[in-house]
Amino acid sequence: MEQSRAVPVKEFGEVAGVANSGLVRAAVRRVLESPIVTGLTAPHGVDRYLGMVNPLWSVREIRAVVVRVAHHTPDTVTLTLRPNANWTGARAGQHVRLTVAVGGVLRTRFFSVASAEGSADVEITAKVNRAVSRHLKEHARPGMVVTLSPAEGEFVLPDVLPARLLLISGGSGITPVMSILRTLTARAHDSRITFLHYAFTPRDVVYADELAAIAAADSRVTLRIAYTEAPGAGALDGLFRREHLAGADHAAALTYVCGPAPLMDAVADLWAADGLAGRLLAERFVPVTVPSADAVGEVRFRRSGVRAANDGRSLLEQAEAAGLSPEYGCRMGVCHTCTTVKADGAVRNTLTGAVSAEPGERVQLCVTTACGDVELDI
Amino acid sequence: MAARIPPLTPEQFAELGRELDALRRELVADLGEPDAAYLRRVVAAQQRFEALGRALLWAGWFPPAWVAGTAALSVSKILDNMEIGHNVMHGQYDWMGDPKLNSKMFEWDTVCPSEQWRHTHNYVHHTYTNIIGKDRDIGYGLLRMVDAQYWRPYYLGNPVYAFLLMVFFEWGVMLHDLELDRLMTGRRSWASTKALRRRMWEKSGRQALKDYVLFPLLSGPGALATLTGNAVANLVRNLWAFSIIFCGHFPEGVADFTQEECENETRGQWYYRQLLGSSNITGGKLFHVLTGNLSFQIEHHLFPDIPARRYQEIAPRVREICQRYGLRYNTGPLGRQIGSVWRKIFRLALPPRPVGRSELSAIPKAA
Repeated sequence: MEQSRAVPVKEFGEVAGVANSGLVRAAVRRVLESPIVTGLTAPHGVDRYLGMVNPLWSVREIRAVVVRVAHHTPDTVTLTLRPNANWTGARAGQHVRLTVAVGGVLRTRFFSVASAEGSADVEITAKVNRAVSRHLKEHARPGMVVTLSPAEGEFVLPDVLPARLLLISGGSGITPVMSILRTLTARAHDSRITFLHYAFTPRDVVYADELAAIAAADSRVTLRIAYTEAPGAGALDGLFRREHLAGADHAAALTYVCGPAPLMDAVADLWAADGLAGRLLAERFVPVTVPSADAVGEVRFRRSGVRAANDGRSLLEQAEAAGLSPEYGCRMGVCHTCTTVKADGAVRNTLTGAVSAEPGERVQLCVTTACGDVELDI
Repeated sequence: MAARIPPLTPEQFAELGRELDALRRELVADLGEPDAAYLRRVVAAQQRFEALGRALLWAGWFPPAWVAGTAALSVSKILDNMEIGHNVMHGQYDWMGDPKLNSKMFEWDTVCPSEQWRHTHNYVHHTYTNIIGKDRDIGYGLLRMVDAQYWRPYYLGNPVYAFLLMVFFEWGVMLHDLELDRLMTGRRSWASTKALRRRMWEKSGRQALKDYVLFPLLSGPGALATLTGNAVANLVRNLWAFSIIFCGHFPEGVADFTQEECENETRGQWYYRQLLGSSNITGGKLFHVLTGNLSFQIEHHLFPDIPARRYQEIAPRVREICQRYGLRYNTGPLGRQIGSVWRKIFRLALPPRPVGRSELSAIPKAA
């Protein structure tokens, strides 16, 4: 199940009919960012007009077009994205924030990059659980354009590779680890790599064929897959336990782990018990949880560094009680003067009762209460 | 003369508040893809009109190109200021999560800095609509627009000031936040407006640079044609925006309120004031788009942060609510509403006629 289409990424350099070299691009960018072009395109900015010509064109934003959509397993979707030239690459193991419109609303989610370091395309695999991933599974087609953040994250390889590496992943947590594995396979080195992966059944392994091919071709790689719901189907059975580490020499290895919380906790506990906590790198994507009880948690004001226990009143009143003076107007949800970026946490709109936990969304402080920990950009 | 309508009972006010709150919730719950797609279509259309207008004005020495270019640029500016700018800056599309269409981030194609307009309009005007002494949109500190404004000989120039405001409307909107009347009478110090004035210089300088220097220079020998085309496009937008906006609150029969009347207002009373203090304009679909749906001023004042394209669909229900509570739903074609506005501007230039005893007793006592 795979759809693909060659979608050429046209950069500004090609407009003038010149070969798309970095030099031409830099020159075109300098012109587009010059005071004259800025003056001509005020107040909306040059990007708004570039986008009319090609949705991928932007002076600063990283926009990417979907070039391939693959459905490796029933509950995942794998997208190959070709970013515009503002993309500066990802180190193996890093993640990006991907923004896509779902039902008219721009939504942003974190996805690990699965492709090898240095590849021109960005591959991500989304596990279908919430609105955004479901949207991608059902609606992503070659040609769709999304916005990306630069790659981020410290779940990366050291500059000097250790003699032994242990990679542990569960379910869709395979993506950053896959990036590391692909990168190492393509590189000249003599580290020994053990890859321990957990899946429900054989049909739930996202990169099954590729993993088998790598293990067969690369003598440095040992692949061990554990099936938690298909006893006897693979080398190992059941949830992570110490016996699964046989032969991996975990005490000597640098270990990377990414997967569901129980797997990560079990691994972290074992490493801590063995006094190896410093040799373990973990990439954790905490699912968004929306507590039902009001007036719990803490309200943090990021810019001023102030924190206060959430007392259930509106965020505007709580900010004022904490000694801050955010801008406000009507105090009844009409004028949007107090609208502020909520960096993190779940909030409830007191006019509509709607709860949302979108990172970086803008909320009206006067008609918003916190559901648990909330961080505001004031 | 401001129509004084007998107020509702406290129970009726509470019920009116509940009904309109329910209508608001219903609308909010229904917002989604079609609303987002609509706004993106309008933005795309505005950009095309702008590009087309600028390109045609390049050939502005050829009269038909000048006329078509100026018309396209006028439409671009009208769409940008009204259906896009005004509505986006009200927060109508904040739920889309798009920083480029967010009320706090959007900047529009006029000389008025967006954050100053949000203060005078979203907060002062929409919160204190038609309260004399609080809503500075009543006459903009320049005109006498309600009977309750005390007449002074200065107001003999009412029609002249209104005409000038119409021609230079974007500049009037920009200067609004300075509160020139209060500066003149010493109730506000010049020093306190320093930051405001700096932003006005920046924004208006950038707008003037674009329309009156850069684009004309880019046209080379056709500089004059481009310059006049840009100036006329700004003028057309000024005339249009002034006319539509003045029809929103100033036709005869729209109610104004005293500060005492509005103390400790309930939600229902706030809706009541918005209903009676606004007036609509009837027209076709394209007309409504070009007014930024401000032709549904009544619906806009009830729900200023609901996407304006929805006003048309709820208008019959708002009208039905008005009928049930015996409240006037002020609406009419553009010609009639604008005629009514100008008659008022002329009428209020003169001092009030002495009122006879019998006429006085005919006016119902204010709430």
